[in-house]
Amino acid sequence: MIQENKVLSARFGTPDSCSIETYRRDGGYQTYVETLRSRQPDDIIDEVKRSGLRGRGGAGVSPGMTWSFVPKQTDKPKYLCVNGDESEPGTFKDRQILEFDPHALLEGVGISCFAFGASTCYVYLRCEFAEGIRAVQKAIKEAYEAGFFGKDIAGTGFDLDCYLHIGAGAYICGEETSLLNSIEGVRPYPRNKPPFPAVEGLWGCPTVINNVETITNIPHILKNGAEWHAKLGHADDPGVRLWCVSGHVNKPGVYEFETGFKLQDLIDGPCGGMRDGRKLKAVIPGGSSSKVLLPDEVARVTMDTPGIRALGSSLGSAGIMVFDDRTCMVDAILNLMKFYAHESCGQCTPCREGTPWVVKILQRFVDGRGRPQDMELLLDIAANMEGRTVCALADGACWPLTSIVQKFRHEFEAMIPSAKTSSGRTATAAPTGAA
Amino acid sequence: MFSADVIDELKEIRSHYPVAKAAMVPVLHVVQREKGWCDTESQAWVAEFLDVTAIEVFEVVTFYPMLYDKPVGRHTIHVCRTVACDACGGKELWQHLEHKLGVGRGETTGDGRFTLRSAECLASCGTAPVLLLDGERHENLTLEQTDKLLESAS
Ligand SMILES: Cc1cc2nc3c(=O)[nH]c(=O)nc-3n(C[C@H](O)[C@H](O)[C@H](O)COP(=O)(O)O)c2cc1C
Ligand code: SF4
Ligand code: FES
Repeated sequence: MIQENKVLSARFGTPDSCSIETYRRDGGYQTYVETLRSRQPDDIIDEVKRSGLRGRGGAGVSPGMTWSFVPKQTDKPKYLCVNGDESEPGTFKDRQILEFDPHALLEGVGISCFAFGASTCYVYLRCEFAEGIRAVQKAIKEAYEAGFFGKDIAGTGFDLDCYLHIGAGAYICGEETSLLNSIEGVRPYPRNKPPFPAVEGLWGCPTVINNVETITNIPHILKNGAEWHAKLGHADDPGVRLWCVSGHVNKPGVYEFETGFKLQDLIDGPCGGMRDGRKLKAVIPGGSSSKVLLPDEVARVTMDTPGIRALGSSLGSAGIMVFDDRTCMVDAILNLMKFYAHESCGQCTPCREGTPWVVKILQRFVDGRGRPQDMELLLDIAANMEGRTVCALADGACWPLTSIVQKFRHEFEAMIPSAKTSSGRTATAAPTGAA
Repeated sequence: MFSADVIDELKEIRSHYPVAKAAMVPVLHVVQREKGWCDTESQAWVAEFLDVTAIEVFEVVTFYPMLYDKPVGRHTIHVCRTVACDACGGKELWQHLEHKLGVGRGETTGDGRFTLRSAECLASCGTAPVLLLDGERHENLTLEQTDKLLESAS
């Protein structure tokens, strides 16, 4: 059995959940004010480290660790950028926080900025989030009016400004250094690291980039303590997460569970099983940039970092995409590779040239003109992309690609005209779905 | 070029950053809201407003899919093309719209009413298929609902 534990989503169903009145009525901003009045920045960073929280944007880095890399002795201003670009296919959780509980995010912004000494926060949202943008815009205004942003907050002498910054439809801007260039108003090419943003970020000043869901966890950790958080879910990857389920299940949506549950239980239970009584064929478990899982793997995997790593995949952004037995996996990966080819910023040759080349080869299969050597070619191109680029977009493109080529070889083989396949079958035309 | 209110709005945005250039994308969004697209004349105006060169503005406008460097129709439609939507009715929605409007990807109808574009994952994969009409999201769309939606946009 699998049971929801609503921490981040507790207020999503509250009438008028976005207003500062209901948020304060429910105890909102108390943790922020108490933290400012009674706690030391180092002590907050330590609490967040001990909580075991991993970043929710995809890379899974401890925010406490990131904050501790920000230099303490510096004359430069420090910045927090909240990453609300949310463009990883399969992911739609940050949007729920923005649309249903924006003040919870802003309370997290206040505490986080105090912890590592930031004086300004930019909340970066993709421009397609019209509703989320309106909600956050209004929440920022209310928070200023209530004295939670601005000068001398709660009489503590702490000053903090918070502004909204809107993107313009590019996935790459979710990559943290691209996001910095996007804010600076230049072409948003990712930057080489080092220097890391915590040391040299916006305008060369120390900058932390954290995901919306990461920051929204912070007030809960400060309120309930690191030990409370460390005990939620799996010991090596604790906490609650907003899991996004899409694809061929009866009840897709966002569910909040502690880590460590069985993926199969989520699909069979809360998600209501497979749509139209179909059979499961594959799951992409952590946003499109994670390796695909087969039904027998889905049956045993637990949703926590160690559990999913044991099967060679990753939790990424917690975007779970479920595919039934009608899905043509070659078609699915072609669709995804078109995404990566479209979103490549074009800065590195392997990514700029590799992604459209892969699209061309996959298109050949889908058109029924696959060649026997093409599967090896796809793996070879991937090997020449992975780990050889400025940012991880190219790696993220390779992981679903190589795993689908390896785990669904027979589907590719069936799209090679009149070729003897490894299973001894003879394929003549392109099937549209069947394995 | 812009009304006093809009200029005030733009100055407010510019004041959020220690370097004016950083207001580039937010300012271009306002320009696009006012003019429909980021025309050359407006780009030159933005360059002056942010104290940068025209090419710096051009470089930004031409990078982002949601900043238009060409005129668009009175209404813009962005249909999600990505895998979760594609697997749950997105393909049919796209074909329906292409057929109904008689235009292809990125094109504008002859009467200037609609521009049809595709978009990558709109972060609504659980409520596929999804489109944006003039930037507002519509989810779980049937073809009939889509037709009604278009009728509402004159
Ligand atoms: C191509 C690419 C796209 C990314 N998109 C996002 C995104 O939309 N949202 C996000 O929070 N992180 C995204 N990331 C991860 C960020 O680079 C970064 O790790 C994250 O914002 C850090 O926040 P966290 O530590 O709180 O997770 C992306 C990374 C890459 C390589
Ligand atoms: S890997 Fe791709 S997206 Fe990332 S910097 Fe290189 S070209 Fe750009
Ligand atoms: S795939 Fe269409 S909204 Fe995500």
